[in-house]
Amino acid sequence: MATKVFMEALSPTMEEGRLVKWLKNEGDAVKSGEALAEVETDKAIMELVARGDGILRKRLINEGDTAPVGTLAGVIATADENIDSLVAGAGTAPAGGAPAPAQVVATQQETAGASSVPRRPEESQGEASTPPQQKVADVPPAPPARAAAPSAPAPTPAPAAQGEVRSSPLARRLASERGLDLHSVQGSGPNGRIIKRDIEAAAAAGAAAPRAAASAAPSAPVIPREGDFHDEPLSQIRKTIAKRLGESIGPIPTFYLTAEFDLTRVMEMRKAMAELGDQFKVSVNDVLLKATAVALSQHPEVNAHWLGDKIRYHNRVHLGMAVATDEGLIVPVIWDADRKRMSDISREAKELAKRARERKLKPDEFTGSTFSVSNLGMFGIDQFTAIINPPEAGILAIGTSEEKLVVVDGEPVVRNRVRVTMSCDHRIIDGAVGAKFLQTLRRLIENPLMLVF
Amino acid sequence: MPVITYRDALGAAIREEMQRDDRVFLMGEEVAVYQGAYKVSKGFLQEFGEMRVVDTPITELGFAGVGVGAAMVGLRPVIEFMTWNFALLALDQVVNAAAKMLYMSGGQYKIPIVFRGPNGAALQLSAQHSQAWESWLAHIPGLKVIAPGTPYDAKGLLKSAIRDDNPVCFLEGEMLYNTKGEVPDEEYLIPLGKADLKRQGEHCSIITHGKMVLVAMQAADQLAKEGINIDVVDLRTIRPMDVEAIGESVRKTNRAVVLEEGWEICGVGAQVVDYIQRDCFDYLDAPVIRVHQADTPMPYAKGLERAAKPDLPKAIAAVRKVMYLD
Repeated sequence: MATKVFMEALSPTMEEGRLVKWLKNEGDAVKSGEALAEVETDKAIMELVARGDGILRKRLINEGDTAPVGTLAGVIATADENIDSLVAGAGTAPAGGAPAPAQVVATQQETAGASSVPRRPEESQGEASTPPQQKVADVPPAPPARAAAPSAPAPTPAPAAQGEVRSSPLARRLASERGLDLHSVQGSGPNGRIIKRDIEAAAAAGAAAPRAAASAAPSAPVIPREGDFHDEPLSQIRKTIAKRLGESIGPIPTFYLTAEFDLTRVMEMRKAMAELGDQFKVSVNDVLLKATAVALSQHPEVNAHWLGDKIRYHNRVHLGMAVATDEGLIVPVIWDADRKRMSDISREAKELAKRARERKLKPDEFTGSTFSVSNLGMFGIDQFTAIINPPEAGILAIGTSEEKLVVVDGEPVVRNRVRVTMSCDHRIIDGAVGAKFLQTLRRLIENPLMLVF
Repeated sequence: MPVITYRDALGAAIREEMQRDDRVFLMGEEVAVYQGAYKVSKGFLQEFGEMRVVDTPITELGFAGVGVGAAMVGLRPVIEFMTWNFALLALDQVVNAAAKMLYMSGGQYKIPIVFRGPNGAALQLSAQHSQAWESWLAHIPGLKVIAPGTPYDAKGLLKSAIRDDNPVCFLEGEMLYNTKGEVPDEEYLIPLGKADLKRQGEHCSIITHGKMVLVAMQAADQLAKEGINIDVVDLRTIRPMDVEAIGESVRKTNRAVVLEEGWEICGVGAQVVDYIQRDCFDYLDAPVIRVHQADTPMPYAKGLERAAKPDLPKAIAAVRKVMYLD
């Protein structure tokens, strides 16, 4: 039995992928789980792995080419198995149908027209790169545009897989009952169809958080265990607050709390540590991350997710840290940050930032955060407001740390200070709750010895 | 419980009804002296005499019409066709007379008649004598269509068919006549229009009728060894069809294979799939797959005939497909 290799949705929001590099040649033996190719998603460069054992008989997407999720990328089969019909199904063959195991789909394609032109005029860089059309019936018959494309690129039908989720009716119903976003679920059926077992797997994996597209839903590795959180149904007052304030300011009624912390002792501590040796050097940001994580562990009411009909209070602290990359913002996650030593946080933060810039983060490294921190201090920003990473309750925006003239005990003195602004989702956090959290954070930052307590 | 053949179950049903009601009589080719082409009416002539067990000439349209006339004047004929393939000649009486009479007479004439005989393919009877007609008959408002797969169902349903005041087409199977099953001595009736859940399972429904019930049961046995549990829904009555039973099963399993002996286009399975998509849309985890005869006249050559018929491997492959196992 041959195994088809599809362009898979390697990130929850991925709709197409660029095949960066094949890691296996045609004729190579491959095992299930082994990496076949590197694929650039909308977020990172990921590995496309084999879903079956055998010989990689055919590679159907050229290196450098982009193909929609669900496109047949290759065929794994035994050495002597006849794979002509499978390969003919790819865009390489003129009249072929798509990878269409289901009779129904095949029939659709036959009906759609037995024209002998490849059906993806918009992707016509070469034979092998012409991915099979997933849903031919939906695409209006196009002229033989392979030749015409360069001169007349205009009327290109949208790639069928764009933004489209294939799912069984049952899967759709189950997803809606469980508040799952189908975009966050990977389909294991034909053509990536999401079926019941995928919903069950996703639900088990805790993909339940309806996250905004930009924040990437948690993928399989994020497995909340029993006791990691507790859900609380919304009280009437929370419901009303959510409704009224949502009407006022948008889907996430946000308010902002700004505080200025004194960093004198943080600086003293850093200096003292640095004197012990290079391995003890930590940045101000590392201290702030650690302090935020510890404060969150003491304020579970802030370490929470908005799930629409309930609030999920997390017992573990997974701290997201916004990282600017050339491609844009991404938020890698330091897991259990409150329980990690400062040295671990320092090392992990550096490593995650580096991998983020190289676009090498795996999905479980940028999903699952319970609260996030954004730091623009290095750009000399005094203070700013960050936008909440839904469904989190808040985000902490950290400005630059600098020497300032402040009044202490009636005397003007020069002190190192930092301004933080917390954006709070008012549906979860009220002003006083956020303020108390900042109070704790201030205590920790202004008395950093407490962080080792 | 006694184990008897499908053939004897049918014979017992007609005999009991003839004993019970002297308006019931049997008519057809070779039913009396020869005791039935498939020996369903063994001993009937001796027991009931030639007024109630009537041999006819080879004139399907003629004796079907005599039957309709007899029903109009109050008798309850059981018309045996040597095979439903021959009944094509009688279809004008079945479709235009029997099925329409109640309607066109403004309710004045009930037609309590049973047309019965073997349906579908046996072995190497070639293209003209291997056809399954249930979708043709079930298409007609005014007809009831029954296709039992077991001796128990055959007896209980035939007795109900004979007692029904409407024309009933009763489809047996040449390959079924010798199959055996438990049939109680005491009298029982099976209501028309009720499916039977022949086997319970949670993974996939096979919806079928007639001879293919046996194939479905074998498929279920075999798949059970892989841990796949099949709901086998035996429709038993094609028209009126038990939509609730289909829906209940498919809503439970989320997957269905529809198995029938006849051809694909406009077949019984097409109707079943229509009910499923209407009633169970939000419960489906996979497209419904149909298993049926190849879209060709039945070949005479043994190998080709085997290839054309729906069978166990095809049924199992279909289940595996809707289960996303292949």
